[in-house]
Parts: sequence; C-alpha cells; structure tokens
Amino acid sequence: MSSAPRQVTAKVFDFPRDAWYVAAWDHEVSPREPLGRTVADVPLALWRTTDGTAVALADACWHRLAPLSMGKVLGDELQCPYHGLRYSSSGRCTLMPAQKTVNPSAAVPSYPVVERHRYVWVWPGDPDLADSDLVPDMHQMDDPGWAGDGLTIAAGCNYQLVLDNLMDLTHEEFVHSGSIGQAELSESEFEISRDGERRVSVTRWMRDIDPPPFWRKNLRDRFPDFDGRVDRWQIIHYEAPSTICIDVGVAKAGTGAPEGDRSQGVNGYVMNTITPESARSSHYFWAFMRNYRLDSQLITTQLRSGVQGVFAEDEEMLVAQQRAIDANPDHAFYSLNVDGGGMWVRRILDEMLRAEGREPDAGTPRDHLRPVASR
Amino acid sequence: MATQSTLVWGTAEVVEAEQVAEGVRRVVLAPERPTPARPGTHVDLRLAPPATDEPDGPRTLTRSYSVVRSDDGGRRLTLTVQLSPTSRGGSRRMHALRVGDRLPVTAPLQNFPLGVGAARYVLLAGGIGLTAVLAMAEALRSRGADYRLVVVGRSRSVLPYLEELRQRHGDRLALHVDDEGGALAVERLVGEIAAADVARRTELYMCGPIGLMEAVRRCWGEAGLPPTHLRFETFGNSGSWAAQEFVLRLPGHGREVVVPPDATALEALEEAGIPVMADCRRGECGLCLARVLDVQGRVDHRDVFLDDTQKAASERLCLCVSRVAVPPGTDTLPADPDPASDPAADTAPERRGVLTLELP
Repeated sequence: MSSAPRQVTAKVFDFPRDAWYVAAWDHEVSPREPLGRTVADVPLALWRTTDGTAVALADACWHRLAPLSMGKVLGDELQCPYHGLRYSSSGRCTLMPAQKTVNPSAAVPSYPVVERHRYVWVWPGDPDLADSDLVPDMHQMDDPGWAGDGLTIAAGCNYQLVLDNLMDLTHEEFVHSGSIGQAELSESEFEISRDGERRVSVTRWMRDIDPPPFWRKNLRDRFPDFDGRVDRWQIIHYEAPSTICIDVGVAKAGTGAPEGDRSQGVNGYVMNTITPESARSSHYFWAFMRNYRLDSQLITTQLRSGVQGVFAEDEEMLVAQQRAIDANPDHAFYSLNVDGGGMWVRRILDEMLRAEGREPDAGTPRDHLRPVASR
Repeated sequence: MATQSTLVWGTAEVVEAEQVAEGVRRVVLAPERPTPARPGTHVDLRLAPPATDEPDGPRTLTRSYSVVRSDDGGRRLTLTVQLSPTSRGGSRRMHALRVGDRLPVTAPLQNFPLGVGAARYVLLAGGIGLTAVLAMAEALRSRGADYRLVVVGRSRSVLPYLEELRQRHGDRLALHVDDEGGALAVERLVGEIAAADVARRTELYMCGPIGLMEAVRRCWGEAGLPPTHLRFETFGNSGSWAAQEFVLRLPGHGREVVVPPDATALEALEEAGIPVMADCRRGECGLCLARVLDVQGRVDHRDVFLDDTQKAASERLCLCVSRVAVPPGTDTLPADPDPASDPAADTAPERRGVLTLELP
C-alpha cells in the first residue's frame, strides 16, 4: 500500500463506522418509550431496560421490518408495534404471539452502547472492535468542577463541514460579528499539533485586546468592576472521529494567562460532538461548560441561550454551504493556511476509513477547471 | 448479528499444522480471498481422499470446522481438529494436512452469531466444542463484557490451549475435568444463572456432546429461562435417528412419493411437481406444516417450530426437516392391515416408514 498521504478534500466526506458516536443525550433515552434516531446511516431504536441500561437495537423488526421505535418498552423487552414480537436487550426475539415457539434465528442487531459524559454513545460498526476506552474525552460535561448545559442542532449538512467550521475559528469575525467575532482572530498566529493517532489541537492567543461582547459579559460575571483589555485564548482539541472540545476564555491583560496563570480570568469549554446521520445531515450535540460560579443556574441558562444564538448563525452558514456544494458539482475545494487543523482532521478520518477497507472519495479532480481558468 | 449461509468457495493454503493436544491438531489456513471471520463462524472444506491409502474409500468429503481465530483481516484462519475415533474420514484427512497443501474452502459461514447487549454471557464448551466458543470469549474479553467460559473435558491432556485460556481469561475460566473429579454439575451451573439478578438478560452459548447440551436444555427450560437465550451449535441435523428412505402418501393428490435418505420430504414433493409452501427450509418458520393422517414408523421431527407437546401429538410436521424412521429392532408400526396386500406379506415386513399426509 502506498504510504503517500492522499488528497483529502472530498466535499461530501464519508464517515467511519468503527467509532463511537453520540446517539442521544442521556435524558432522551427512556425506559418508558423508545427513541428513533439514525446514526451513520443506521436507524436505531434507543431505550432503557428496568435497571437503566441504555440499549440500541436496529430500528426494524426481524419479521417485516416495522420500526421498533414506534413500539413499546415492556420491562426488559421492546415490543414491535405491528405484530407484537418482543426483543431482549441483545436483540433476540423472545416472543412470537401467534405461535408456541420462537424461531431461534429471529433477532435484530444490537449495537454496542456506552453511557458517558451525559451522552449515550453507539458503535455502528464491527461490534468486536468496540473498545470503551475509545469514547472521546468530554469529562467537563459531568465533572463537579464544571457547570453548564447544551442542546442539539439538526444540521442539514455533511458532518465534516461542521468539523471544518470548528477547527478554524477565523470565521467568527464574519459570522459572529455581534458576539464573539473580532479582527484579531485572523491577525493572530496559531499553532497546530498532532497528538497521537486520534488527536489534533490548534492553539491561538490574542494578547492585549478589547474583549468582544460575549466575553466582556462573562468576565464581569466574575469580576463585576473590570473594564479593561484582555488576553484571549482558543485551544481547539479534536478527538477522532468527530468530537471537538474548545478551551476558551479571557483574562485581564498581562496577568500571566498565556504562561499558565488563569486566576484573573474566566474559562469555558465549548463541547461539540457531531454525529453523522446521513451523508448530508448531522446531529450536532453541543454544550458550554464553565469552571466559575458553578452554582448559578442564571449564568448556565444565559450562556446556553447565548451560544445557541451564536450556533444558529453557524447552522445557517453550514446549510447554505451544503446547498452551494450540491449546486456546484464540478467545483473543487481549495484550502487556505487557516485550514491546517481541519486538514489534519480529514487526514485522520481518511486513515480510519482506509483501516475499515473503504476507499474514501478523493474529491472533485481540480484539473477539471484548470483549462478554463488558464485561458 | 446476521447469519451468513451463502457458500462462496475459494482456495486456501495450509500455512501451519501442529499438534496442540492429545489427538488434536491446529491447522492455519491462508485463503486466497481473505474475509474476516467473526466469532461463531465456521468454514466448509472439501477434503480429497489421500492418494496412497483408501483406494476404495469415499470420494471427496465436505466438512465444517469452527474458526478458532481470524487474524490480519481473515488472511490467517485457525482451525482446530480432534481426530475422532469414529471418524468417517473427515478428521483423519484434516490430520493428514501438511504445510503447503492447498484445498477448497468456503468464505466464513455464520449460523452461531454472538449477540451484543446481553447483561451477562456464559460460554459452555464440551471437549473439542471449545473451538466454537474460543473466538467468542476473546471478543467478549475485548468488549469488556461480563462473561464466563466454562470448559468441560474428560482429561486435561485432550483440551487444547488451556494455558493460553487461563492467561487471557483468568478467573472467568472455569475448568471441569472428569478424570480429576471435577465433572460439571449442569443443574448447578444453570441454577446459578437463574438465581442472578440479570438471569433474564443472560445468554448461554454452548457447543459440545449432545448429552451435555440436552442436559443444559432441560435445566434451562425447568428454570424458566428464555429459550431463545440458549444458543447452541450442532453442525448438521439433530435427528433422533439416522436419515432413512421413507414413503409419503398423499390421498388428496392420489400420489405416493419416495423420500430418499439424502433428500427432505419438501424436496421430494417439489421434485414430484407437487406445490408446497416453504420459506426457511430448516425447521424454523412453520410455513411448510402439513397435517399427519397416519404414520407407519416413528416421526423424527427435527424442527424447532413445534413445541414438545405438539411434537408428541404429531398431528402436524414440518416438511422441510421432519422424517420418518423405522428404528432398528422394530417393525413398521402399526402394521398395515390391507386385505388386498400381497399374500407374501408373511415374509419380512417393509422396513420403510410410511407417512400419510394432507397438504394445505
């Protein structure tokens, strides 16, 4: 096999299957009724057994493929809404109402599930490769040192477009000019580092700047009288396949935050994990966590609705971008220097796809347009 | 958890062959077209007669063996074969394989899939039945599942891989060896499963001698555990008697059809041009049920659609697997008192079973 890295500028990026994806928030999966949700093109019926264990079964009855997510949870079993066949948490059929025995072959696939960091994670690929140590680290979600909350965006775009968006935050100046955007984002240097096979980080410091409105408000939540310049940071941590946790914050300028002393600042973590639903739709789970004033539900709610407004601006752009991509099938992607982080993400995903024996789409050949451009 | 039953034949080369226990050989195959083998899979092999001996021996034999492990995306498939004292030739030919030999082999076939999501797994292996559950144990270990591996054998010396299993599975491995006084108490094993709080979410996978499996099935049923959570590999039909030729009488059609030993009643009827509804063809779905009007001999049901009470009543049977046998030492029962029958009827009674049916 060639060791040369390949072109990874596919516009509609395929997704690995041998990976953990968030299927739902913990509170969405219930012992009372099943939840239907598609993860990586796999329709799932999610529910809980009586001891609270989350279960993910294929959302199609063995018999005539009726959706089990329309059925009923009966104790430790899920009943098909059509002819009443019942399934255990392992997907074995345990009851066929119209006969005395149960066909021993009758079963639906059950997918590996791990509940962690307030999310229910599902492994849609080869179950024998499902290693719970590979669940991405999102510990701020349920660590007593952090507080916050989040929501889900049903994003009408390929999941990789969301990853691109989060790996390069220079878009904030233009997409989020009223809240977190500022010119210094594009003007400041950034550093990329790849950490092992599954992680990339991008670090950007903006020193001695005026804080944008969102951050001025946050800093005053902790230092009510402060009205000066700040040092601002964004440290983007990507973990394969599609989790990005961004360490963000501001501190009073010159108080040593870049050197490690954040005591004169406020620190948040933007938690993002993007689950491909189909090639052109994604479940975008996000939360904003903070490590100060942990007991204030007011701040939790304010931050959640603030970020919700910011992310609605991203969603509008991402959906418009997906529409433009589909409307321009002959046009290729080109990259900028600021895409460095996102391109490493694509490289990692490409490696995962190849490990599954799948040939990722190499993207639109650029030569297609060259003769026209050079004329 | 899908089954895979489509036969895709290819060629494989023997890349390793060595003895791993008394009368047990490990054979590693390198298929030309590798496919990863999931836990519970087996391959079928075509074993040619040895060139030197058995000049009058049987022709090519097709045999099934569990895949003990699959490495490197299926480029190395490990089988483990016990030389059977009652071998009809398959295990003897497997033991004669040498590195470099090439033979026809199927892609991995699956009819014993390991599920996901049970709260607890118990793997029970009797003797060389160990081969069917080894890959499952490994998969459950790497998943971090709650599992136990129970291995039963008459002697330590005939069980392969024991040291490796102890290292990989530690306390999860329970070894019961007859000649060390450690025979397995099946009632106790099933009783412990039934007493646990996750009893109804526990799956037991077993492969071993029919006596052991029958004992487990009986205890499992008596304990009221879900029948579908008891999974087993039998390799081939599990009839009470060997397949014999028998006769189907169809008064509704005015026809009589002979079912040879190597065909099913369903196949014989289809061959005779009589339309029959069927689907699974392995005694599971119940679509091919026919009403029994009379039987001479014993019905060997072989299906899993009818329950024990229905089988005992024998009012209906599954055409795709059920047969009629005349067990050795019995006459055809009841005798057919046809007054117009051949006057030579006082000679030996007909040894073929006769089944009179009404088809839907």
